[in-house]
Amino acid sequence: MVIALAMTRQAGHHGAMFHHTVDQTRHIFPDLKTLLAKATPPRSGDMLAGIAASSAEENVAARMCLADMPLRTFLSDVVIPYEVDDVTRLIIDSHDAAAFAPVAHMTVGQFRDWLVSDEASTAVLAALAPGLTPEMAAAVSKLMRQQDLILVARKCRVITRFRNTIGLEGTLAVRLQPNHPTDDLAGIAASTIDGLLLGAGDATIGINPATDSLPQLLQLNQLLDELIHTHAIPTQSCILTHVSSTIELINRGAPVDLVFQSIAGTEGTNASFGVTMAMLDEAHDAALGLKRGTVGNNVMYFETGQGTPLSAGAHHGVDQQTLEARAYGVARRYAPLLVNTVVGFIGPEYLYDGKQIIRAGLEDHFCGKLLGLPLGCDVCYTNHAEADQDDMDSLMTLLAAAGVTYIMGVPGADDVMLNYQSTSFHDALYLREVFGLKRAPEFEAWLVKVGITDARGQIAPAAAVPALISRFEGAAS
Amino acid sequence: MSRLPASPDRWSALKATTPARIGLPRAGHGLALSEVLALQLAHAKARDAVHAALDIESLRQDLGTDTLQAQSAAATRDVYLRRPDLGRILSESAAAGLADAAREPADLAIVIADGLSAMAVHASATTLALLIAQSVRKAGLTLAPFIIATQARVALGDQIAGALRARAVLVLIGERPGLSAVDSLGAYVTLALKPGISTDADRNCISNIRNGGLLVESAAARIVWLIIEARKRGATGVALKDESGLLLPGAGGGQDPLKI
Repeated sequence: MVIALAMTRQAGHHGAMFHHTVDQTRHIFPDLKTLLAKATPPRSGDMLAGIAASSAEENVAARMCLADMPLRTFLSDVVIPYEVDDVTRLIIDSHDAAAFAPVAHMTVGQFRDWLVSDEASTAVLAALAPGLTPEMAAAVSKLMRQQDLILVARKCRVITRFRNTIGLEGTLAVRLQPNHPTDDLAGIAASTIDGLLLGAGDATIGINPATDSLPQLLQLNQLLDELIHTHAIPTQSCILTHVSSTIELINRGAPVDLVFQSIAGTEGTNASFGVTMAMLDEAHDAALGLKRGTVGNNVMYFETGQGTPLSAGAHHGVDQQTLEARAYGVARRYAPLLVNTVVGFIGPEYLYDGKQIIRAGLEDHFCGKLLGLPLGCDVCYTNHAEADQDDMDSLMTLLAAAGVTYIMGVPGADDVMLNYQSTSFHDALYLREVFGLKRAPEFEAWLVKVGITDARGQIAPAAAVPALISRFEGAAS
Repeated sequence: MSRLPASPDRWSALKATTPARIGLPRAGHGLALSEVLALQLAHAKARDAVHAALDIESLRQDLGTDTLQAQSAAATRDVYLRRPDLGRILSESAAAGLADAAREPADLAIVIADGLSAMAVHASATTLALLIAQSVRKAGLTLAPFIIATQARVALGDQIAGALRARAVLVLIGERPGLSAVDSLGAYVTLALKPGISTDADRNCISNIRNGGLLVESAAARIVWLIIEARKRGATGVALKDESGLLLPGAGGGQDPLKI
């Protein structure tokens, strides 16, 4: 099939044009972002944006073309102009050429072959991370099958600390997500107790509030702080509200552990969230200044997700997976404790079904880990997507094999505030059983001490529950 | 704030504080089958609600008056789910049909749209539309015929208002089904001053209209207030805050209006 792509070069366009011939057909890709978009495994968001490959053959031809492209191209050619986007400027200006040197001679395809080889060891990959740009990670992920994404991510080790140590080999952490439709304090405490009794909460106890009223946010913050300190739980709290509200909470003396913000890979998308890097800098400094971490000071918690730039009308014609990797470029400026790709939340117009959600979750985890970030995943879906709990079982199992830093823990997998399905506390227990995964060691020791688990980390039998509940019952007082 | 209620049955006391699925029975480390099936049933109901088709004939009968029909450019539910942009524009035949039907400019067009839950429309849209129509007529406003819209997003109302030359549009639309409610209706009021270029910031939204949420009678009163105030002030959206002062039993519910 002959693809009739425009041969014209835009006036003032400095980037290269790319082409690849399959049999007699010459496939032409006018610029870098088009090449990346056409090489991306199919997903509804890129089709909605009108940038996806127009045939299965063009999709593979683009991958072949990308495989032959030198990796260093990404240092001279950009997907969004340097002049118009502060994320591009951050990526280019913070690039570590010395760290990049070991792979500087490779094509994107050679880089894939090297990544899956024994030469790319845990230590080598850790040293390489600052030398890679998000676009390099995105590009190579497009050439990788799911087993490659799992194999390489598993070799990446990213360890972060606040009141416990997250990301050690052989561990999986859980964010306890005790949301309530009206932020009822007793209701949030009840879900928190349920999660703790099922051994969840080492990544963070993090509430998505239903309101943005500061007095109410302050109450939620105090509830979790009191719970954590009364029971000496080695974990950290987070109220997932806008960064400007968290700065205000800190100014009012609230006991803020982690600063949350949703971020994305373009300046325009971040602007649509009402956030700038200057605001993130300010919040990061403010949280560091509180010195509330006991074993470390990684104080930021970011959430991301493919498709948000298109949804915000600020995608610049770049595919959603490349833009997602660029969000990690923003995240790593702040050495976060946790980064969470909320992979299936956005809906079927961006990720249509279980297959697309699973692929995207593995890509995001791989790109984040390769760039040196503590990537967790909200393994989730909405009721209008073609997905169900079986798809979530598949994704969480694949991510556990890939060494995912953490997953969500939601009572019964049903978030009654955000109205979507995620993973349950019990799902994490399943992964621990299948893969022999432990919790953050400080948290694991606390669970044993208070009798929630035995010395092997097994949850106490149901008969022990009433006494354990009594122990926490003052939580909402 | 009071302490968590004390009770010999510890879980029932905690469960009384939240609709979340806490204290679930286990089998091994996982969920007992009863809980697995309970979640599957809730999800099945939500899925059925997303894919249920609007019964246009029964809606017409219930409305008992002149109605028009408007199909969006999304021909099927599958296309509708993938292409929100097509759900916001009229099909060619619908655009032509509405243009033919346009009479004198009316103060308000009421659009009843399937959105993501036809079940929500069948549960409460007719009663709500008739209540609102009665009140706004009493207030001296003129009404276009009711419009039944299929494979519709909220912004389809702007095109319908444009085609019918209505000055304001009310869209009653099925919200994305959750596990706890599959029949939740949303209401969007937009003043059609700038046809075709309205954004979500130009609308007023009232959500979670259902039995067990915001009841139809309360919703109708709030919507009528918004319509009349919008007409007085010449604006909807961020420029018009809901000051109807009515109590909102069970309003909210975490729906994101932008996701509809």
